Amino acid sequence: MNPPSTDAPLLQVDQLVKSFGENPVLDGIDLRVQRGSIFTVLGPSGTGKSVFLKCLAGVMQHDSGMISFEGRPLVISDKETRADFRRRCSFLFQNNALFDSLSALENVSLPLEQTTDLDSREIQHRSMDALAQLELESFRDRFPSQMSGGMQKRLALARAIVTRPELVLFDEPTAGLDPLRRNAVFSMIVKYQRRFNFTALIVTHDVPEALVASNRVALLNGGRICFEGTPGDFSSSSDPVVTGFRDSTEALRESLSLIRSDFQA
Amino acid sequence: MTRTFLAKSPPMISALGRETIRIVSGFGDLALFTGRSFGAAVSTKRLFRRVIRAIYEQGTVCLPVILIVGLFTGLVLGLQGYHILSRFGSEGLLGAMVSLSLIREMGPVLASLMLIGQSGSALAAELGIQRNSEQIVALETMGVESHGYLVTPRLIAALIVYPFQTALFVVIGFWGGSLSGSALLGVDSGVYWSSIQRAVESRDLRECFIKAAVFGLLSVTICAYQGFHADRNHSETGARAVSAATTRAVVISSIMVLVADYVVSSFFI
Repeated sequence: MNPPSTDAPLLQVDQLVKSFGENPVLDGIDLRVQRGSIFTVLGPSGTGKSVFLKCLAGVMQHDSGMISFEGRPLVISDKETRADFRRRCSFLFQNNALFDSLSALENVSLPLEQTTDLDSREIQHRSMDALAQLELESFRDRFPSQMSGGMQKRLALARAIVTRPELVLFDEPTAGLDPLRRNAVFSMIVKYQRRFNFTALIVTHDVPEALVASNRVALLNGGRICFEGTPGDFSSSSDPVVTGFRDSTEALRESLSLIRSDFQA
Repeated sequence: MTRTFLAKSPPMISALGRETIRIVSGFGDLALFTGRSFGAAVSTKRLFRRVIRAIYEQGTVCLPVILIVGLFTGLVLGLQGYHILSRFGSEGLLGAMVSLSLIREMGPVLASLMLIGQSGSALAAELGIQRNSEQIVALETMGVESHGYLVTPRLIAALIVYPFQTALFVVIGFWGGSLSGSALLGVDSGVYWSSIQRAVESRDLRECFIKAAVFGLLSVTICAYQGFHADRNHSETGARAVSAATTRAVVISSIMVLVADYVVSSFFI
């Protein structure tokens, strides 16, 4: 794993608040994500992890608080800074959000075609390169619906990295996958994070995989970050919220393995 | 203040007020959507290619329907027109009646309604599904102007496709009228076609094409708007939201075409 940088944070979140009507989802989030690191935000389902990520990406407007990228605050009125952030940041959706009417190659080349002034040959070259990096070059003419779930995930990652972003936001990248595939997806994230040296911010509720893959983890609970530290700190923490969350996922895992062994018997 | 006033009013008045506000704000939102979509034409890259693709999608899908409906409209006009005009001994004016009916009214209106049923509903459903599956949000996270990428090419294509398909509808309708009036009912073919030539003036053609362009713009905007905002202000979610958005798109744009037909006609008469 790459050692995280000790410079100023690439992404900084201060007192981020987001409510839906009377229901506060994010209640003052503070976070620092160092350049070149893999940072995972853990939390049970329904605690606002995806909302947090969408606020960061700017597709959802937060109520108050500050998000800064490289020390520059991202505010709606400063369109230039926001546009710069969008050029340097990619978002990997939980359901991949691939364009089903476009082929794999067209999906990957779309952000280059629409946001850069590169000529067609360069776009084709870079898109094919991104597909090749994710071992998808022979599927360039396939449509997303003709691909398996894992391939779609890789295609979504190819589209996310083709613009050579500095920050990639992963929204529940392993949602709905079995343990083997969860491992594979986290391995893929680590592998390509090393290769392309982007900063990864992941939200997930898969504790073991996240602990292995990440440099730092945080636990989101009740709209607040109630723990932040290294995976080792998380494993050894005696904080009741952390132990509660850790135990609940372990208990679930154990009960599932019991059910599985019953079935096998 | 408006909300407070409505809250204190009798239920029927407050319901009426709420509905009026909803409709007016809906029109305002639609106007902003149209403005944003046309404004995005300046910043959207590789727009020409997307326009060509939209012309192909809107045009080719509807071609068979336009040809069939145009032919049968002409046939019916020829049949009905012959029997009405023959009461007054004016069968020689059949060409004029068929051509003016088609050019000034039936061509633009029926062709637009056919296009709404085929490509308009498809557009609303496609955008609705893209909204549902977060494809539109994905565009925005990539820094792509979603209106420019998804809506602008369709609006520009409508300005070309609707007049072209209307012209095709009218020409096929002339031929249908000739088939029933001349070939089946015995009006001299030369009389039929020369009657068309004498009756049709350039202002009729101008009215026809202006109507077609207005209807195209109106219906594509409404269909795109409904699909683009399939998730907004309605209780339905998922597939039901897409289905409801598609139904709304077809119903509202069909009604608006007829309203616009009256308004544009009143300018030309």
